[in-house]
Amino acid sequence: MTDATATGGLSPPRRKLVELGQWGLIYRRFRKHKLAYWSGFIVLAIYAVALFAEFVAPYSSDRYNPRYIYSPPQMLKMFGRDQNGDLALLYVNGYKVELDPVALQRRFVIDESRVYPVGFFVKGEPYHLFGLIPAERHLIGPVDPDAPMYLWGTDRLGRDLLSRTIHGTRISMSIGLVGVTISLVLGILLGGISGYYGGWADQAVQRTIDFLKSIPTIPLWMGLAAAIPDRMDPLLVYFWITVILSLIGWTDLARVVRGRFLSLKTEDFVMAARLDGCSRQRVIWHHMVPSFTSHIVASVTLAIPAMILAETSLSFLGIGLKPPVVSWGVLLKDAQSLLALTQAPWLFLPGIPVVVAVLALNFLGDGIRDAADPYS
Amino acid sequence: MWRFIAHRVVYTALTLAAVSLVSFLIIQLPPGDFLTSLAGKMAEQGGDLDSASLAGLKARYGLDQPWYIQYWRWITGILLHGDFGQSFEWNKPVSELLWDRMGMTLLLSLVTLIVTWMLALPIGIYSAVRRYSLLDYVVTFLGFIGLAIPSFLLSLALMYILSRYAGMSVGGLFSPAYVNAPWSWAKLVDLAAHLWLPVLILSTSGTAALIRVMRANLIDELHKPYVQTARANGLGEMELLFKYPVRVALNPFVSTIGWVLPHLFSGAVIVSVVLSLPTAGPLLLSALLAQDMYLAGSFILILSALTVIGTLLSDLLLAWLDPRVRYQ
Repeated sequence: MTDATATGGLSPPRRKLVELGQWGLIYRRFRKHKLAYWSGFIVLAIYAVALFAEFVAPYSSDRYNPRYIYSPPQMLKMFGRDQNGDLALLYVNGYKVELDPVALQRRFVIDESRVYPVGFFVKGEPYHLFGLIPAERHLIGPVDPDAPMYLWGTDRLGRDLLSRTIHGTRISMSIGLVGVTISLVLGILLGGISGYYGGWADQAVQRTIDFLKSIPTIPLWMGLAAAIPDRMDPLLVYFWITVILSLIGWTDLARVVRGRFLSLKTEDFVMAARLDGCSRQRVIWHHMVPSFTSHIVASVTLAIPAMILAETSLSFLGIGLKPPVVSWGVLLKDAQSLLALTQAPWLFLPGIPVVVAVLALNFLGDGIRDAADPYS
Repeated sequence: MWRFIAHRVVYTALTLAAVSLVSFLIIQLPPGDFLTSLAGKMAEQGGDLDSASLAGLKARYGLDQPWYIQYWRWITGILLHGDFGQSFEWNKPVSELLWDRMGMTLLLSLVTLIVTWMLALPIGIYSAVRRYSLLDYVVTFLGFIGLAIPSFLLSLALMYILSRYAGMSVGGLFSPAYVNAPWSWAKLVDLAAHLWLPVLILSTSGTAALIRVMRANLIDELHKPYVQTARANGLGEMELLFKYPVRVALNPFVSTIGWVLPHLFSGAVIVSVVLSLPTAGPLLLSALLAQDMYLAGSFILILSALTVIGTLLSDLLLAWLDPRVRYQ
């Protein structure tokens, strides 16, 4: 009843604004930040690709074809006629071998005379979606499963780079999430202790953070990552890499949490809750945490791209994830030598998703941070 | 002020001690030690390291002692005699390998720092004063790109473009003719001709970050009452800008040295590996891969120590520039 009288005199749109909760207000503000809003969709799309990698990729990550080593990317073309004279809505050209007169090497070039029809939802290699559901349809692929379709070219073993990049999305994007989760738990716990209790606990946590921040990260990560035994199970390596990355990652989150705790401690509503006889746990979890969750979400979003870049850099140096695991960094390691690059510049292509993902996450995080305090 | 300095110096000394302990623990982490991998290598080549000579080597390097005794020996050796131990892989004292490389790393980082400032300062001021102008948008956009592209990718791309389209040989810091030559004017010119590329790559992300900080700070300052007062008193726009708000907004340039340095050393490691520069990076990587523990540990120790000392210097500089800091 009181709500109705309080907002009764306002016009409908104003009334709606007043009735919106905190999250509704944050979303309204966030919508206005166009760049962040659309970046949000890109981030969602990238995670969707990671989730449905087997379906989105034309091939599996380890399918190789020794007949097409270092073949250049094909263009996806429209309206062509195949050998039988049938119309192909979408098609790719085949390859032919050419002898490089200078380097005296065999090289693949696009053969315009060959036409291989390409379709959506075609039958290809069988796979298990989420490791459970057997399926064999792929989002895009050659109609004839044996026809060569390499939209991003192939690597030194004749593996399709596009498929490998799509499969790599899963590892590269999830390592950010897992790492941030570990950092978040540590950051909230230690930052909360530091901000809420103060005193020597605060001093200890702050000095630890200062110390961790003063070590150059890459040499530290390199030292720790190099300690992971070579023959360890890939899944365990993945786990240890995220732990190593979180070792530094939690410090930023702890600072945000501590700062929020310190500024909220003296707020009237916290004091009121305490005077009302709420227990300490209740004050923290029901009154303080909800009012800075949005700030945490922003910090977390901004922490993910740093993790992705770190994993990519470590794997690129050869001390992070290693083949047969496929991540963007592992793929980019193939592009390390100038020789490989001059022969096959398309090995750079896995760098594109890295840049796009990092940019989109940064924009998204900036947008959330700006919207995080809707009452200002 | 003296109290502040003493406080910071004591704190830095404690941090240095902790850094040395962590560096030592990192090199102790891999299972086995260098001798295990040496024995493995010998066995692979058909030779065999008998247990007597293995034990002899163990005793010589103190590998049979518990870790804290090994650490004590290591750190006292460094502090008292400048002896960083022996590089097993190169069969040379670490100190012989270390200082050349560290000198180059320091040179590269300092030049990058100066270039970063020289770029970020005018650009930051411009995009704050002419907010929402075309150039502001261009700079902001480039800044985001600079932050998003990993440095190794940028080095690879530039290396590819330069060798493909400009026909330049890139990589290294010297032409082959000068690598072992004594220092001379010609060698210095040659160094400059090679140095610009890694400096450009390394300064990209730092410049992008600093422009954002400078822009945000200056925008805050430009609307403060003292600016209005100065303007109302008839001070010229240029004189006004550089005499007051810019000076206040400059603080982050000094205070960020603390985190720019670790960032710079980190970036330099990767970029050096890609461009095969004679800095600490490639040697650290190969030492880590070969479990050449004294070499790797010394690099991590020196890189961290330089960062900690750099932070101390920036703190003192900031306290000297801005009295408010001293009383916090």
